[in-house]
Amino acid sequence: MRVRLWGTRGSVAAPGVETARYGGNTSCVEVRHADGTLLILDAGTGIRRLGSSLDAGVRRVDVLLSHLHMDHIQGLGFFDPLHDPAIEVHLWGPCSPTQDLWTRLVRYLSPPLFPVYLRDLPWLHVHNVGVGRCFEIGPFTVSAELICHPGPTLGYRIADSGATLAYLPDHEPALGLKGSYLSGEWTSGFGLAHGADLLIHDGQYTDAEYADRVGWGHSSIRQAVGFARLAEVSRLVLFHHNPTHTDDDLDRLIDVAAAGSSVPFPVMGGMESATFDVISR
Amino acid sequence: MSEKRVEVILMRQLAGYLATPMLVVNPLGTLLYFNEPAEVLLGKRFDEVGELPASAWSTVFAPSDADGQPLPPEEFPLLVALARHTPSQRAFWIRSMDGQRRHIEVAAFPLIGLEGTPLGAVATLWES
Repeated sequence: MRVRLWGTRGSVAAPGVETARYGGNTSCVEVRHADGTLLILDAGTGIRRLGSSLDAGVRRVDVLLSHLHMDHIQGLGFFDPLHDPAIEVHLWGPCSPTQDLWTRLVRYLSPPLFPVYLRDLPWLHVHNVGVGRCFEIGPFTVSAELICHPGPTLGYRIADSGATLAYLPDHEPALGLKGSYLSGEWTSGFGLAHGADLLIHDGQYTDAEYADRVGWGHSSIRQAVGFARLAEVSRLVLFHHNPTHTDDDLDRLIDVAAAGSSVPFPVMGGMESATFDVISR
Repeated sequence: MSEKRVEVILMRQLAGYLATPMLVVNPLGTLLYFNEPAEVLLGKRFDEVGELPASAWSTVFAPSDADGQPLPPEEFPLLVALARHTPSQRAFWIRSMDGQRRHIEVAAFPLIGLEGTPLGAVATLWES
C-alpha cells in the first residue's frame, strides 16, 4: 500500500509561510492499494485537495473517521466526491453511547453550520464502526479499537498482504502514568500498533507543553516515540503537529527525538505530500 | 497481544490516583487490578498478587457474614454487579492476605462500554 499525507496539523488549520513545509492542513491521509482501492483516513481540511486530485475514473471512496472533533471532519463538506452522484462515498466512524454516526455527523453537516443536509446526498453511505471488529474494504483488512482521547475515538490498523499501517492521530496513551509505560496489555492502542510497518501517531506537544495539557488527548513527541518503541514498530511518523509549531520548531524537535540513542526505528515528522510505501518487513 | 479496552485501562489509571480503595474485575470476574489503598485492606501489594480468577479471590479472602457464615459468591457485590449489570452494596467480613479479619463495606458497579459491551465491574471498599 502507498500512504500519502494530505494534512498533518492538529487542532486547527495553520497555514502560513512558517508552516509551509510540514503543512497547515488538518488530519487527512490517503491509503492507496495497487489495484486502485482508496481509503482516506480522516476528513480534516487536507481532504479538500485530495478530493480535487482524484482521477475521473474513481467510483468509490471509503473515508475512515477516527473521531468527530472538528479538525478531523472540517474538510468533509468540501470533499468533491461528496457532491458527485457518480462516486459512492462510504463514511466509517465511531458512534457514541447514545447516537449513531449519522446522527452525530448531522450536528455539523446541517444548517446553520453547513448549508447542505446529509440526507440530500443519497449516494453517501454511513457505517458505524463496531469497536474491536475487523472488516474488509477491497483488499484491505481494517481493525478498529477505542483509544485514549476525549470522546469516542478510534484508532485503525490497516493490513494488506502482510504489510501493516497503524493510524492513531489523536492519542494520549500516557494519560495517568506515573512513569514509563506499563505492559502493552495495559497501554491504549498497543494492539493496533504492535509490529506495524508504519505507525502514524500523535506527537503534538513538547514535554513542557504536555505538562500543561494533561488529559487533552494528545502526546508529547517523547511519549509518541516511547509508545512506538513499546509497540516495536518499523517506522514512526509524528503527526497532528501543534498549530503553534513552525517548520523550524518541528525540525528541531524531531531531530532531537530521532537522535535518541535507543530509538531503533526511523522517526519522521509528517509533512504534507510525503508518501510512504508500506511493505511487510 | 492486544491491549485491554481503553475504558478498563482508564479505570485502572483513575484508581491509581484515588485514595479510595478500588478493585477492577473483567467480565469473568478475574481480578485485574487493585490500587494502593486497597492493598492496605487486602494485605498484599498488587504486584505480588497479579491477576486472580474469581474462584481464587472469592476463597482467598474468605468472605463471611456477621455470624461467621461463609458468604456465597453470588452475594459478593462485584459478582452481583457482573451478573445483573446493576450496582450492589454490602457489608461483610474478609480475611486479608496478611491474616487479619476486617469488616468492610463494598459498593460495586458494572462497567459497560460502547454498544453495551460488558467490560467488567469496579468495587470500592471501606473498612467499617
